[in-house]
Amino acid sequence: MATNPFAQAVSVESMSGPPSQSDYLVDRGFRLAAVVGAAIIILLVVYILYEIGGQALPAITEYGLGFLVSSTWDVSRQEFGILPEIWGTLYSSLLALAIGGFFGITVAIFLTQNFLPARLAAVLRTIVEMLAAIPSVVYGLWGIYVVIPAIRPIANWLHDVLGWVPFFSTSLSGPGLMPAVLVLSIMILPTVAAISQDALNLVPYKVKEAAYGMGTTRWEAILRVLVPTASRGIFGALVLGFGRALGETMALAMLIGNSNQISLSLFAPANTLASLLASNFPEAGQIEVQALMYAALALLAITLVVNIVGIGIISVATRKQKA
Amino acid sequence: MKIRSVLRLAALVAFVGAMATGGGARADDVRIIGSGASFPFPIYATWFKSFSQETDGVTVDYQAKGSGAGIQDFINNTVQFAASDAAMSDEEIAQVKEGVVLLPMTAGEIVLAYNLDGVDELKLPRDVYPDIFLGKITKWNDERIAKANPGVELPDEPITVVVRSDSSGTTYVFTKHLSAINEDFKNGPGVGKTVQWPANDKLVKAPKNDGITATIKQTPGAMGYIEYGYAKLTGAKTAMLENKAGEFVSPSAESGSAALASAEFPGGDLPGEPGTPDLRVWVTDPAGEKAYPIATFTWMLFYKNQDPAVAKALREMVEYSLTDGQEMADKMGYIPLPDNVIAKVREASKLIQ
Repeated sequence: MATNPFAQAVSVESMSGPPSQSDYLVDRGFRLAAVVGAAIIILLVVYILYEIGGQALPAITEYGLGFLVSSTWDVSRQEFGILPEIWGTLYSSLLALAIGGFFGITVAIFLTQNFLPARLAAVLRTIVEMLAAIPSVVYGLWGIYVVIPAIRPIANWLHDVLGWVPFFSTSLSGPGLMPAVLVLSIMILPTVAAISQDALNLVPYKVKEAAYGMGTTRWEAILRVLVPTASRGIFGALVLGFGRALGETMALAMLIGNSNQISLSLFAPANTLASLLASNFPEAGQIEVQALMYAALALLAITLVVNIVGIGIISVATRKQKA
Repeated sequence: MKIRSVLRLAALVAFVGAMATGGGARADDVRIIGSGASFPFPIYATWFKSFSQETDGVTVDYQAKGSGAGIQDFINNTVQFAASDAAMSDEEIAQVKEGVVLLPMTAGEIVLAYNLDGVDELKLPRDVYPDIFLGKITKWNDERIAKANPGVELPDEPITVVVRSDSSGTTYVFTKHLSAINEDFKNGPGVGKTVQWPANDKLVKAPKNDGITATIKQTPGAMGYIEYGYAKLTGAKTAMLENKAGEFVSPSAESGSAALASAEFPGGDLPGEPGTPDLRVWVTDPAGEKAYPIATFTWMLFYKNQDPAVAKALREMVEYSLTDGQEMADKMGYIPLPDNVIAKVREASKLIQ
């Protein structure tokens, strides 16, 4: 009987069978840890909102919604408003997203679609990712000493020749929106590029093969098949990049000129919420701190809206794709 | 940022706690923590470093958080002393139950630094430089600037005005001076650690003294106000300003001392602090012929009553700053205190007990 293969198979209990007591324990423990971890993150966000909201409450009751549409920030008269900062935050982030997003996705396509030998692509990928490791203040200094002098002649030529276009209506003296946007777009480029690369790499190889099999050219395959298939991930990359742009502080505080005005001109100084917070927090008195907390709350709200809109766009896009 | 300040506070609390229980430190070691103004930070840092080295068992740490934060720390009793460019207001003094001694420790000048190729000497009359900061004079070849600078070729370029983006004692002193000499400035931006500057595309804001200095150096046609020490350190060109007597004076240790010499202390006691002399004085518009128009004292704030060992160390620190410390001042771009002020400060420092 010893040679009976069935008996042998049946006797292998360790391979299958009901989960043991310890399996249940590990399973439960893991589930508990995951739930607790997730709950802590949610509670932390709620707590941050509660804390900031609580500190902002006096300012909210005092200034109301007028705070969001007034453009004075005068501590000695205790008049506060953040419209120029909201404008500057959105304007600079959108422009940076347009530039950084375009180059980020281009880099991602270039590095994933066999344009380069795999080893060289890996090296370039690391270099792009290293951009994310450069401290913000170094970007700021680089902006002051390199970017501004480099773009000043171009900006002032544009102003001289095309001064009637609202975007070029002022000359660039030094700090201003354009240098800030350029530096910001470089700062968000690694985020966009890295996540887009992951998204493109996740597209199953057979999809690409099928596209080529249908007789598409390389560019048709990339632009019509691969990028749309990876669009969910690429959108995610753009939303993350935009979030990074909204919250970027130090480099912007050094480059944007921190001027409380609303101007369409790319060369005029502007201000952002994060820069306002960074500049004014250290020496703010009690009432100004409340106003700053209100501004921080507005920044959080903007980030939240951006994320929700991003998720909305992604779900609409994927639904369309399926249909 | 919030998290960092919380961490810093936590570190401070832990540190103070460790000190209170004598955790590990020798009993006769005195550690003194101060915080406040960034304007005198370079010189304070030098003083405290050499004082700590030369004095056994005493270490002084100073954090340049800004005048407002320093006063806050002082009121909350988280430091042994604080420093402020705006001294302390009467209300703030009333909140400190241990009693307050305010001592002017050094002084500085605020200069108008500019970036204009080929123009090495620039004279700015009293009615002109406030108007530049009000945005009323926008071009370098404005006839009012040209009139004061015959023979100087001024370019037909816009003036980019650079001001502080963060709240600052430097801004407070500068706006106080401009408000004293110009009615429009007083009714417009007014006096404050941050003020509402006129909004136009040729006015940019940069953080801290170094941020303004860097922006001016990188921007042709820029002008801004910085602390004299920073201009001296970076070799930025500075304008000669017309003083009350109608003379054009460039910033220097001598012209600064001349400005301070005209300071008259109020003479009375601090409000609510009988016996403590009031050493708060502002030199908003000094009268002397050789006086540079924008100069200011900067203060250290001490408690009147505290642990005797700490009080002794603090008195030694003040004495060191008044003697050896003043000799370093000129080299670092600060103004040495006039002798009569040193005598007053030394006398008042005896109240730190």
